[in-house]
Amino acid sequence: MIEFKDVSKTFTLGKREVHAVKNVSLTINKGEIFGIIGFSGAGKSTLLRLVNMLERPSSGSVLIQDIDVSKLSAKDLRTRRRNIGMIFQNFNLFNSRTVAGNIAYPLKLAGASKKEINARVTELLNFVGLAEKAKDYPDQLSGGQKQRVGIARALATSPDILICDEATSALDPETTADILKLLKKVNKDLGITILLITHEMHVIQSICDKVAVMEDGEVIESGNVFETFTDPQHTTTQRFIRSVQQDLPSETILKEWHASGGGTLYRVIFKGEITNNPVLSTVTRKHDVDFNIVYGSVRELQERLFGNLIVSFIGEQKQIDIVRNELKTLVDIEEVIVNER
Amino acid sequence: MNVDWSTFWPRIVEATGETLIMVVATLIFGSIIGITIGLLVYVTRENNILENKIVFQILNVIINIIRPVPFIIFLVAISPLTRMVVGTSIGTAAAIFPMTIVASFTVARVVENNLVSIDPGVIEAAQAMGASPLRIIFTVLIPEALGPLVLGLTFVSISLIDFSAVAGTVGGGGLGHIAMTYGYQRFDTSVMVVTVIILIVLVQLAQWLGNTLSRKIMRR
Repeated sequence: MIEFKDVSKTFTLGKREVHAVKNVSLTINKGEIFGIIGFSGAGKSTLLRLVNMLERPSSGSVLIQDIDVSKLSAKDLRTRRRNIGMIFQNFNLFNSRTVAGNIAYPLKLAGASKKEINARVTELLNFVGLAEKAKDYPDQLSGGQKQRVGIARALATSPDILICDEATSALDPETTADILKLLKKVNKDLGITILLITHEMHVIQSICDKVAVMEDGEVIESGNVFETFTDPQHTTTQRFIRSVQQDLPSETILKEWHASGGGTLYRVIFKGEITNNPVLSTVTRKHDVDFNIVYGSVRELQERLFGNLIVSFIGEQKQIDIVRNELKTLVDIEEVIVNER
Repeated sequence: MNVDWSTFWPRIVEATGETLIMVVATLIFGSIIGITIGLLVYVTRENNILENKIVFQILNVIINIIRPVPFIIFLVAISPLTRMVVGTSIGTAAAIFPMTIVASFTVARVVENNLVSIDPGVIEAAQAMGASPLRIIFTVLIPEALGPLVLGLTFVSISLIDFSAVAGTVGGGGLGHIAMTYGYQRFDTSVMVVTVIILIVLVQLAQWLGNTLSRKIMRR
Protein backbone atom coordinates (compact mmCIF):
# COMPACT_ATOMS: atom_id res chain seq x y z
CA MET A 1 0.00 0.00 0.00
CA ILE A 2 2.66 2.47 1.13
CA GLU A 3 6.29 1.71 0.54
CA PHE A 4 9.24 3.83 1.60
CA LYS A 5 12.30 2.79 -0.39
CA ASP A 6 15.55 4.04 1.07
CA VAL A 7 14.05 7.49 1.57
CA SER A 8 16.08 10.42 2.88
CA LYS A 9 15.11 14.02 3.43
CA THR A 10 17.63 16.75 4.10
CA PHE A 11 16.73 20.32 4.94
CA THR A 12 19.10 23.22 4.66
CA LEU A 13 18.69 25.64 7.52
CA GLY A 14 20.95 28.54 6.76
CA LYS A 15 24.33 26.89 6.31
CA ARG A 16 23.44 23.85 8.37
CA GLU A 17 22.17 20.64 6.84
CA VAL A 18 19.55 18.77 8.83
CA HIS A 19 19.02 15.12 7.99
CA ALA A 20 15.40 14.77 9.04
CA VAL A 21 14.92 11.32 7.51
CA LYS A 22 17.80 8.95 6.81
CA ASN A 23 17.56 5.91 4.52
CA VAL A 24 14.17 4.75 5.70
CA SER A 25 12.68 1.65 4.16
CA LEU A 26 9.26 0.56 5.42
CA THR A 27 6.27 -1.23 4.00
CA ILE A 28 2.77 -0.54 5.21
CA ASN A 29 0.32 -3.19 4.09
CA LYS A 30 -3.29 -2.67 3.12
CA GLY A 31 -5.68 -2.63 6.06
CA GLU A 32 -3.01 -2.15 8.71
CA ILE A 33 -2.82 0.43 11.44
CA PHE A 34 0.85 1.29 11.36
CA GLY A 35 2.31 3.48 14.08
CA ILE A 36 5.57 5.38 13.96
CA ILE A 37 6.80 6.40 17.38
CA GLY A 38 9.66 8.68 18.29
CA PHE A 39 10.61 11.59 20.49
CA SER A 40 10.16 15.07 19.04
CA GLY A 41 12.72 15.80 16.36
CA ALA A 42 13.06 12.13 15.42
CA GLY A 43 11.87 12.88 11.89
CA LYS A 44 8.53 11.11 12.07
CA SER A 45 6.53 14.17 11.06
CA THR A 46 8.69 14.64 7.96
CA LEU A 47 8.37 10.96 7.12
CA LEU A 48 4.58 11.21 7.33
CA ARG A 49 4.53 14.22 5.01
CA LEU A 50 6.50 12.29 2.41
CA VAL A 51 3.44 10.11 1.91
CA ASN A 52 1.36 12.91 0.38
CA MET A 53 4.37 14.90 -0.86
CA LEU A 54 3.88 17.81 1.51
CA GLU A 55 7.60 17.16 1.76
CA ARG A 56 9.57 15.86 -1.18
CA PRO A 57 12.26 13.22 -0.68
CA SER A 58 15.88 14.23 -1.23
CA SER A 59 16.59 10.68 -2.34
CA GLY A 60 14.79 7.36 -2.50
CA SER A 61 11.17 6.91 -3.43
CA VAL A 62 7.74 6.64 -1.88
CA LEU A 63 5.35 4.24 -3.57
CA ILE A 64 1.63 4.30 -2.98
CA GLN A 65 -0.23 1.43 -4.60
CA ASP A 66 2.97 0.88 -6.61
CA ILE A 67 3.00 4.43 -7.97
CA ASP A 68 6.01 6.63 -7.22
CA VAL A 69 4.25 9.73 -5.88
CA SER A 70 7.36 11.89 -6.13
CA LYS A 71 7.22 11.54 -9.90
CA LEU A 72 3.60 12.67 -10.30
CA SER A 73 2.78 15.98 -12.01
CA ALA A 74 1.30 18.73 -9.82
CA LYS A 75 -2.16 17.99 -11.16
CA ASP A 76 -1.92 14.22 -10.77
CA LEU A 77 -0.54 14.70 -7.28
CA ARG A 78 -3.59 16.81 -6.31
CA THR A 79 -5.88 14.06 -7.55
CA ARG A 80 -3.81 11.43 -5.71
CA ARG A 81 -3.98 13.46 -2.50
CA ARG A 82 -7.78 13.09 -2.49
CA ASN A 83 -7.10 9.42 -1.93
CA ILE A 84 -5.01 10.12 1.18
CA GLY A 85 -6.90 11.66 4.09
CA MET A 86 -4.87 13.55 6.67
CA ILE A 87 -5.61 14.64 10.22
CA PHE A 88 -3.52 16.89 12.42
CA GLN A 89 -2.54 17.50 16.03
CA ASN A 90 -4.06 21.00 15.92
CA PHE A 91 -7.00 19.86 13.78
CA ASN A 92 -6.38 22.62 11.18
CA LEU A 93 -10.07 23.24 10.58
CA PHE A 94 -11.22 26.24 8.53
CA ASN A 95 -12.50 28.69 11.13
CA SER A 96 -14.44 30.62 8.50
CA ARG A 97 -16.50 27.55 7.66
CA THR A 98 -19.09 25.63 9.63
CA VAL A 99 -18.59 21.99 10.59
CA ALA A 100 -20.60 20.96 7.51
CA GLY A 101 -18.64 23.47 5.41
CA ASN A 102 -15.35 21.96 6.54
CA ILE A 103 -16.45 18.46 5.61
CA ALA A 104 -17.85 19.69 2.30
CA TYR A 105 -14.59 21.42 1.31
CA PRO A 106 -12.68 18.38 -0.07
CA LEU A 107 -15.84 17.27 -1.86
CA LYS A 108 -16.10 20.65 -3.56
CA LEU A 109 -12.46 20.32 -4.60
CA ALA A 110 -13.27 16.95 -6.11
CA GLY A 111 -16.12 18.56 -8.05
CA ALA A 112 -19.03 16.74 -6.40
CA SER A 113 -22.56 18.03 -6.98
CA LYS A 114 -24.45 19.88 -4.27
CA LYS A 115 -26.73 16.92 -3.75
CA GLU A 116 -23.85 14.48 -3.42
CA ILE A 117 -22.08 16.82 -1.02
CA ASN A 118 -25.11 17.19 1.25
CA ALA A 119 -25.70 13.44 1.38
CA ARG A 120 -22.04 12.66 2.08
CA VAL A 121 -21.73 15.36 4.76
CA THR A 122 -24.79 14.02 6.59
CA GLU A 123 -23.46 10.49 6.36
CA LEU A 124 -20.03 11.50 7.73
CA LEU A 125 -21.50 13.62 10.53
CA ASN A 126 -23.45 10.56 11.65
CA PHE A 127 -20.37 8.36 11.35
CA VAL A 128 -18.35 10.59 13.70
CA GLY A 129 -21.35 11.29 15.95
CA LEU A 130 -21.67 15.04 15.38
CA ALA A 131 -24.97 15.21 13.49
CA GLU A 132 -26.33 18.03 15.64
CA LYS A 133 -23.22 20.20 15.23
CA ALA A 134 -23.44 20.66 11.45
CA LYS A 135 -24.07 24.40 11.63
CA ASP A 136 -21.59 25.16 14.43
CA TYR A 137 -18.26 26.83 13.81
CA PRO A 138 -14.99 25.16 14.90
CA ASP A 139 -14.42 27.67 17.72
CA GLN A 140 -17.64 26.46 19.33
CA LEU A 141 -16.37 22.88 19.59
CA SER A 142 -14.25 21.00 22.13
CA GLY A 143 -10.90 19.50 21.11
CA GLY A 144 -12.34 16.02 20.71
CA GLN A 145 -15.21 17.32 18.59
CA LYS A 146 -12.78 19.27 16.42
CA GLN A 147 -10.77 16.11 15.77
CA ARG A 148 -13.97 14.28 14.86
CA VAL A 149 -14.66 16.98 12.29
CA GLY A 150 -11.06 16.60 11.10
CA ILE A 151 -11.59 12.87 10.67
CA ALA A 152 -14.90 13.36 8.86
CA ARG A 153 -13.25 15.90 6.56
CA ALA A 154 -10.34 13.55 5.87
CA LEU A 155 -12.75 10.72 5.02
CA ALA A 156 -15.03 12.83 2.81
CA THR A 157 -13.52 11.75 -0.50
CA SER A 158 -13.46 8.07 0.59
CA PRO A 159 -9.68 7.69 0.71
CA ASP A 160 -7.86 4.36 0.96
CA ILE A 161 -5.27 5.77 3.32
CA LEU A 162 -5.55 7.96 6.40
CA ILE A 163 -2.41 9.59 7.77
CA CYS A 164 -2.51 10.98 11.30
CA ASP A 165 -0.04 13.58 12.52
CA GLU A 166 -0.05 13.29 16.34
CA ALA A 167 -3.83 13.24 16.12
CA THR A 168 -4.40 12.75 19.84
CA SER A 169 -1.47 14.67 21.32
CA ALA A 170 -3.53 17.80 22.02
CA LEU A 171 -6.34 15.86 23.72
CA ASP A 172 -6.97 14.73 27.28
CA PRO A 173 -6.72 10.99 28.04
CA GLU A 174 -10.45 10.34 27.91
CA THR A 175 -10.93 12.15 24.60
CA THR A 176 -7.82 10.42 23.27
CA ALA A 177 -9.43 7.06 24.00
CA ASP A 178 -12.60 8.13 22.13
CA ILE A 179 -10.65 9.31 19.10
CA LEU A 180 -8.55 6.14 19.05
CA LYS A 181 -11.75 4.10 19.15
CA LEU A 182 -13.04 6.11 16.21
CA LEU A 183 -9.80 5.50 14.27
CA LYS A 184 -10.10 1.81 14.96
CA LYS A 185 -13.65 1.96 13.60
CA VAL A 186 -12.40 3.77 10.49
CA ASN A 187 -9.90 0.96 9.98
CA LYS A 188 -12.23 -1.95 10.72
CA ASP A 189 -15.50 -0.75 9.19
CA LEU A 190 -14.18 1.16 6.19
CA GLY A 191 -11.04 -0.89 5.61
CA ILE A 192 -8.87 2.23 5.49
CA THR A 193 -5.13 1.76 5.98
CA ILE A 194 -3.91 4.07 8.74
CA LEU A 195 -0.40 5.42 9.15
CA LEU A 196 0.01 7.44 12.32
CA ILE A 197 2.85 9.11 14.12
CA THR A 198 2.91 9.69 17.85
CA HIS A 199 5.22 10.11 20.81
CA GLU A 200 2.76 8.32 23.08
CA MET A 201 3.32 4.61 23.51
CA HIS A 202 -0.23 3.99 24.67
CA VAL A 203 -1.51 5.08 21.24
CA ILE A 204 0.61 2.36 19.66
CA GLN A 205 -0.41 -0.09 22.35
CA SER A 206 -4.14 0.53 21.98
CA ILE A 207 -4.69 0.53 18.22
CA CYS A 208 -1.63 -0.30 16.14
CA ASP A 209 -0.85 -3.62 14.46
CA LYS A 210 2.68 -2.67 13.48
CA VAL A 211 5.12 -0.21 14.89
CA ALA A 212 8.32 1.48 13.78
CA VAL A 213 10.53 3.30 16.26
CA MET A 214 12.36 6.33 14.92
CA GLU A 215 15.40 8.11 16.29
CA ASP A 216 17.56 10.76 14.61
CA GLY A 217 15.80 10.29 11.29
CA GLU A 218 16.30 6.52 11.23
CA VAL A 219 13.98 3.61 11.86
CA ILE A 220 15.79 1.74 14.62
CA GLU A 221 13.26 -1.01 15.17
CA SER A 222 10.06 -2.14 13.52
CA GLY A 223 7.69 -5.06 13.52
CA ASN A 224 4.51 -6.36 15.07
CA VAL A 225 3.43 -4.41 18.13
CA PHE A 226 3.25 -7.55 20.29
CA GLU A 227 6.76 -8.73 19.46
CA THR A 228 8.25 -5.27 19.72
CA PHE A 229 6.56 -4.67 23.06
CA THR A 230 7.45 -7.97 24.59
CA ASP A 231 10.99 -8.13 23.28
CA PRO A 232 12.30 -4.62 22.61
CA GLN A 233 15.83 -4.63 21.15
CA HIS A 234 16.77 -1.00 21.29
CA THR A 235 17.11 1.13 24.44
CA THR A 236 14.88 3.85 22.97
CA THR A 237 12.17 1.28 22.39
CA GLN A 238 12.60 0.08 25.97
CA ARG A 239 12.19 3.66 27.17
CA PHE A 240 8.94 4.03 25.26
CA ILE A 241 7.64 0.79 26.66
CA ARG A 242 8.51 1.81 30.21
CA SER A 243 6.42 4.96 29.64
CA VAL A 244 3.28 2.83 29.51
CA GLN A 245 4.21 -0.10 31.69
CA GLN A 246 6.68 0.05 34.44
CA ASP A 247 8.30 -3.37 34.25
CA LEU A 248 10.35 -3.03 37.44
CA PRO A 249 9.64 -1.70 40.92
CA SER A 250 11.35 1.59 41.69
CA GLU A 251 14.98 1.66 42.70
CA THR A 252 14.04 2.58 46.27
CA ILE A 253 11.94 -0.54 46.60
CA LEU A 254 14.67 -2.69 45.03
CA LYS A 255 17.30 -1.33 47.39
CA GLU A 256 15.04 -1.87 50.39
CA TRP A 257 14.41 -5.39 49.19
CA HIS A 258 18.09 -6.21 49.14
CA ALA A 259 18.83 -4.30 52.35
CA SER A 260 16.23 -6.38 54.17
CA GLY A 261 17.95 -9.56 53.02
CA GLY A 262 15.67 -10.40 50.12
CA GLY A 263 17.13 -12.92 47.69
CA THR A 264 17.96 -12.58 44.03
CA LEU A 265 15.07 -11.30 41.90
CA TYR A 266 14.17 -12.73 38.53
CA ARG A 267 12.09 -11.28 35.75
CA VAL A 268 9.80 -13.88 34.22
CA ILE A 269 8.09 -13.01 30.96
CA PHE A 270 5.06 -14.89 29.68
CA LYS A 271 3.78 -14.37 26.16
CA GLY A 272 0.47 -15.50 24.74
CA GLU A 273 -0.75 -19.08 25.38
CA ILE A 274 1.68 -19.87 28.18
CA THR A 275 -0.16 -17.42 30.48
CA ASN A 276 -2.98 -19.99 30.67
CA ASN A 277 -0.75 -22.55 32.40
CA PRO A 278 0.32 -22.54 36.04
CA VAL A 279 3.98 -22.68 34.95
CA LEU A 280 5.56 -21.13 38.03
CA SER A 281 3.76 -23.22 40.58
CA THR A 282 4.14 -26.50 38.61
CA VAL A 283 7.89 -26.14 38.21
CA THR A 284 8.61 -24.87 41.72
CA ARG A 285 6.45 -27.48 43.43
CA LYS A 286 8.24 -30.27 41.54
CA HIS A 287 11.60 -29.16 42.93
CA ASP A 288 10.42 -28.16 46.38
CA VAL A 289 11.04 -24.46 45.93
CA ASP A 290 8.70 -21.61 46.94
CA PHE A 291 8.25 -18.50 44.90
CA ASN A 292 7.26 -15.02 45.88
CA ILE A 293 5.83 -12.53 43.39
CA VAL A 294 7.32 -9.19 44.37
CA TYR A 295 6.00 -7.14 41.51
CA GLY A 296 4.40 -7.53 38.12
CA SER A 297 1.52 -7.38 35.75
CA VAL A 298 -0.34 -9.34 33.13
CA ARG A 299 -1.82 -7.23 30.38
CA GLU A 300 -3.57 -7.55 27.08
CA LEU A 301 -1.75 -6.47 23.97
CA GLN A 302 -3.01 -6.99 20.46
CA GLU A 303 -5.58 -9.41 21.86
CA ARG A 304 -2.85 -11.56 23.41
CA LEU A 305 -1.76 -11.74 27.04
CA PHE A 306 1.61 -10.58 28.14
CA GLY A 307 2.88 -11.16 31.67
CA ASN A 308 5.89 -9.60 33.30
CA LEU A 309 6.53 -10.83 36.85
CA ILE A 310 9.38 -10.10 39.24
CA VAL A 311 9.80 -13.10 41.55
CA SER A 312 12.19 -14.46 44.10
CA PHE A 313 12.71 -18.12 44.85
CA ILE A 314 13.02 -19.55 48.32
CA GLY A 315 14.70 -22.92 48.80
CA GLU A 316 18.06 -24.63 48.38
CA GLN A 317 20.31 -22.88 45.88
CA LYS A 318 20.86 -26.12 43.94
CA GLN A 319 17.11 -26.59 43.58
CA ILE A 320 16.63 -22.98 42.60
CA ASP A 321 19.16 -23.40 39.80
CA ILE A 322 17.25 -26.44 38.52
CA VAL A 323 14.00 -24.45 38.63
CA ARG A 324 15.64 -21.61 36.69
CA ASN A 325 16.91 -23.94 33.99
CA GLU A 326 13.59 -25.68 33.65
CA LEU A 327 11.70 -22.38 33.46
CA LYS A 328 14.08 -21.20 30.77
CA THR A 329 12.67 -23.82 28.44
CA LEU A 330 9.14 -22.51 28.93
CA VAL A 331 9.35 -18.75 29.44
CA ASP A 332 11.87 -15.91 29.33
CA ILE A 333 13.66 -15.56 32.63
CA GLU A 334 16.50 -13.26 33.59
CA GLU A 335 18.13 -12.04 36.76
CA VAL A 336 17.17 -8.52 37.84
CA ILE A 337 20.28 -6.49 38.38
CA VAL A 338 19.77 -3.52 40.66
CA ASN A 339 20.79 -0.19 39.14
CA GLU A 340 19.74 -1.69 35.88
CA ARG A 341 18.32 1.69 34.98
CA MET B 1 -14.50 88.32 7.65
CA ASN B 2 -17.38 85.96 8.42
CA VAL B 3 -18.72 83.92 5.53
CA ASP B 4 -22.31 84.07 4.43
CA TRP B 5 -23.51 80.65 5.65
CA SER B 6 -26.59 80.58 3.39
CA THR B 7 -24.35 80.47 0.33
CA PHE B 8 -21.56 78.61 2.09
CA TRP B 9 -23.46 75.48 3.15
CA PRO B 10 -23.88 74.24 -0.45
CA ARG B 11 -20.10 74.55 -0.85
CA ILE B 12 -19.54 72.51 2.32
CA VAL B 13 -21.93 69.85 1.07
CA GLU B 14 -20.16 69.84 -2.29
CA ALA B 15 -16.76 69.59 -0.61
CA THR B 16 -17.96 66.71 1.60
CA GLY B 17 -19.11 64.97 -1.57
CA GLU B 18 -15.68 65.49 -3.14
CA THR B 19 -13.97 64.09 -0.07
CA LEU B 20 -16.25 61.06 -0.10
CA ILE B 21 -15.60 60.48 -3.82
CA MET B 22 -11.83 60.71 -3.27
CA VAL B 23 -11.93 58.32 -0.31
CA VAL B 24 -14.34 55.79 -1.79
CA ALA B 25 -12.72 55.75 -5.25
CA THR B 26 -9.27 55.39 -3.70
CA LEU B 27 -10.50 52.68 -1.38
CA ILE B 28 -11.97 50.70 -4.27
CA PHE B 29 -8.93 51.03 -6.58
CA GLY B 30 -6.47 50.77 -3.72
CA SER B 31 -8.15 47.63 -2.35
CA ILE B 32 -8.19 45.88 -5.71
CA ILE B 33 -4.52 46.64 -6.38
CA GLY B 34 -3.46 46.34 -2.74
CA ILE B 35 -5.15 42.99 -2.06
CA THR B 36 -3.57 41.61 -5.23
CA ILE B 37 -0.10 42.83 -4.27
CA GLY B 38 -0.56 41.72 -0.65
CA LEU B 39 -1.58 38.22 -1.72
CA LEU B 40 1.36 38.06 -4.12
CA VAL B 41 3.84 39.13 -1.47
CA TYR B 42 2.40 36.54 0.90
CA VAL B 43 2.25 33.54 -1.43
CA THR B 44 5.74 34.19 -2.89
CA ARG B 45 7.34 34.22 0.57
CA GLU B 46 9.85 31.54 1.43
CA ASN B 47 8.21 28.13 1.95
CA ASN B 48 4.83 29.42 0.86
CA ILE B 49 2.53 27.98 -1.78
CA LEU B 50 4.02 29.90 -4.73
CA GLU B 51 7.49 30.63 -3.35
CA ASN B 52 9.35 33.02 -5.67
CA LYS B 53 12.27 34.97 -4.25
CA ILE B 54 12.50 37.49 -7.12
CA VAL B 55 8.84 38.51 -7.15
CA PHE B 56 8.81 38.67 -3.36
CA GLN B 57 11.92 40.84 -3.14
CA ILE B 58 10.79 43.27 -5.85
CA LEU B 59 7.36 43.80 -4.30
CA ASN B 60 8.80 44.02 -0.82
CA VAL B 61 11.27 46.71 -1.86
CA ILE B 62 8.61 48.76 -3.67
CA ILE B 63 6.33 48.63 -0.64
CA ASN B 64 9.17 49.67 1.61
CA ILE B 65 10.14 52.58 -0.67
CA ILE B 66 6.67 54.04 -1.07
CA ARG B 67 5.24 53.58 2.42
CA PRO B 68 7.63 55.72 4.49
CA VAL B 69 7.47 58.77 2.19
CA PRO B 70 5.25 61.44 3.81
CA PHE B 71 2.11 61.76 1.73
CA ILE B 72 2.41 65.49 1.03
CA ILE B 73 5.91 65.00 -0.38
CA PHE B 74 4.85 61.98 -2.39
CA LEU B 75 1.91 63.96 -3.77
CA VAL B 76 4.13 66.73 -5.04
CA ALA B 77 6.92 64.41 -6.16
CA ILE B 78 4.76 62.35 -8.49
CA SER B 79 2.70 65.28 -9.82
CA PRO B 80 4.40 65.06 -13.27
CA LEU B 81 3.28 61.43 -13.46
CA THR B 82 -0.18 62.42 -12.27
CA ARG B 83 -0.36 65.01 -15.04
CA MET B 84 0.63 62.35 -17.55
CA VAL B 85 -1.93 59.83 -16.39
CA VAL B 86 -4.90 61.99 -15.39
CA GLY B 87 -4.19 64.99 -17.63
CA THR B 88 -4.07 67.47 -14.76
CA SER B 89 -2.52 67.66 -11.35
CA ILE B 90 -5.30 69.76 -9.85
CA GLY B 91 -8.74 68.66 -8.66
CA THR B 92 -10.45 65.65 -7.21
CA ALA B 93 -9.58 63.23 -10.03
CA ALA B 94 -5.93 64.28 -9.85
CA ALA B 95 -5.90 63.61 -6.10
CA ILE B 96 -7.28 60.09 -6.53
CA PHE B 97 -4.20 58.96 -8.50
CA PRO B 98 -1.47 59.51 -5.86
CA MET B 99 -3.88 58.47 -3.11
CA THR B 100 -4.53 55.18 -4.91
CA ILE B 101 -0.83 54.46 -5.21
CA VAL B 102 -0.17 55.07 -1.53
CA ALA B 103 -3.34 53.23 -0.51
CA SER B 104 -2.42 50.21 -2.65
CA PHE B 105 0.87 49.67 -0.91
CA THR B 106 -0.58 50.33 2.53
CA VAL B 107 -3.37 47.86 1.83
CA ALA B 108 -0.79 45.39 0.48
CA ARG B 109 1.08 45.47 3.79
CA VAL B 110 -2.13 45.22 5.82
CA VAL B 111 -3.26 42.24 3.72
CA GLU B 112 0.12 40.53 4.03
CA ASN B 113 0.19 41.04 7.80
CA ASN B 114 -3.28 39.55 8.16
CA LEU B 115 -2.40 36.58 5.98
CA VAL B 116 0.75 35.88 7.96
CA SER B 117 -1.40 35.37 11.05
CA ILE B 118 -3.29 32.50 9.38
CA ASP B 119 -2.21 29.17 10.86
CA PRO B 120 0.07 27.53 8.23
CA GLY B 121 -1.48 24.23 9.29
CA VAL B 122 -4.77 25.27 7.71
CA ILE B 123 -3.02 25.86 4.39
CA GLU B 124 -1.24 22.53 4.75
CA ALA B 125 -4.60 20.85 5.35
CA ALA B 126 -5.99 22.35 2.14
CA GLN B 127 -2.89 21.21 0.23
CA ALA B 128 -3.26 17.72 1.67
CA MET B 129 -6.83 17.68 0.36
CA GLY B 130 -5.56 18.40 -3.13
CA ALA B 131 -6.33 22.12 -3.42
CA SER B 132 -4.38 24.07 -6.05
CA PRO B 133 -2.53 27.27 -5.05
CA LEU B 134 -5.14 29.48 -6.74
CA ARG B 135 -7.90 27.56 -5.02
CA ILE B 136 -6.15 28.01 -1.68
CA ILE B 137 -5.93 31.77 -2.23
CA PHE B 138 -9.64 32.18 -2.93
CA THR B 139 -11.18 29.51 -0.72
CA VAL B 140 -8.81 29.47 2.24
CA LEU B 141 -6.61 32.55 2.54
CA ILE B 142 -9.19 35.23 1.80
CA PRO B 143 -12.10 33.75 3.81
CA GLU B 144 -9.85 32.92 6.77
CA ALA B 145 -8.38 36.44 6.92
CA LEU B 146 -11.52 38.36 5.97
CA GLY B 147 -12.53 39.56 9.45
CA PRO B 148 -9.21 41.21 10.37
CA LEU B 149 -8.84 42.29 6.76
CA VAL B 150 -12.00 44.39 6.97
CA LEU B 151 -10.65 46.03 10.14
CA GLY B 152 -7.40 46.71 8.31
CA LEU B 153 -9.24 48.27 5.37
CA THR B 154 -11.22 50.40 7.83
CA PHE B 155 -7.96 51.65 9.25
CA VAL B 156 -6.73 52.44 5.74
CA SER B 157 -9.94 54.26 4.79
CA ILE B 158 -9.59 56.47 7.86
CA SER B 159 -6.08 57.43 6.87
CA LEU B 160 -7.47 58.11 3.40
CA ILE B 161 -9.78 60.75 4.89
CA ASP B 162 -6.62 62.24 6.30
CA PHE B 163 -4.85 61.95 2.92
CA SER B 164 -7.79 63.55 1.11
CA ALA B 165 -7.49 66.59 3.37
CA VAL B 166 -3.78 66.80 2.58
CA ALA B 167 -4.52 66.49 -1.13
CA GLY B 168 -7.09 69.26 -0.69
CA THR B 169 -4.46 71.72 0.44
CA VAL B 170 -2.59 71.39 -2.84
CA GLY B 171 -5.60 71.77 -5.09
CA GLY B 172 -7.32 68.47 -4.60
CA GLY B 173 -10.66 69.95 -3.58
CA GLY B 174 -12.83 68.53 -0.83
CA LEU B 175 -13.03 69.45 2.84
CA GLY B 176 -9.27 69.90 3.14
CA HIS B 177 -9.37 72.59 0.50
CA ILE B 178 -12.20 74.47 2.27
CA ALA B 179 -10.51 74.21 5.64
CA MET B 180 -7.28 75.50 4.14
CA THR B 181 -8.63 78.42 2.08
CA TYR B 182 -11.36 79.64 4.42
CA GLY B 183 -10.33 78.41 7.79
CA TYR B 184 -6.59 78.83 7.64
CA GLN B 185 -5.85 81.53 5.10
CA ARG B 186 -8.85 83.71 6.01
CA PHE B 187 -8.69 82.99 9.75
CA ASP B 188 -12.34 81.92 9.85
CA THR B 189 -12.53 79.69 12.91
CA SER B 190 -16.19 78.75 12.38
CA VAL B 191 -15.44 77.22 8.97
CA MET B 192 -12.54 75.35 10.48
CA VAL B 193 -14.76 74.00 13.27
CA VAL B 194 -17.45 72.88 10.85
CA THR B 195 -15.00 71.01 8.59
CA VAL B 196 -13.31 69.40 11.55
CA ILE B 197 -16.69 68.23 12.90
CA ILE B 198 -17.62 66.79 9.50
CA LEU B 199 -14.27 64.99 9.28
CA ILE B 200 -14.74 63.55 12.77
CA VAL B 201 -18.21 62.32 11.85
CA LEU B 202 -16.85 60.71 8.66
CA VAL B 203 -14.12 58.94 10.60
CA GLN B 204 -16.59 57.72 13.22
CA LEU B 205 -18.93 56.43 10.53
CA ALA B 206 -16.14 54.59 8.73
CA GLN B 207 -14.96 52.99 11.97
CA TRP B 208 -18.48 51.97 12.95
CA LEU B 209 -19.13 50.46 9.54
CA GLY B 210 -15.84 48.56 9.60
CA ASN B 211 -16.37 47.27 13.13
CA THR B 212 -19.91 46.11 12.37
CA LEU B 213 -18.87 44.37 9.19
CA SER B 214 -15.87 42.59 10.68
CA ARG B 215 -17.89 41.53 13.71
CA LYS B 216 -20.46 40.00 11.38
CA ILE B 217 -17.75 38.14 9.51
CA MET B 218 -16.00 36.93 12.66
CA ARG B 219 -19.33 36.17 14.41
CA ARG B 220 -18.24 37.76 17.68
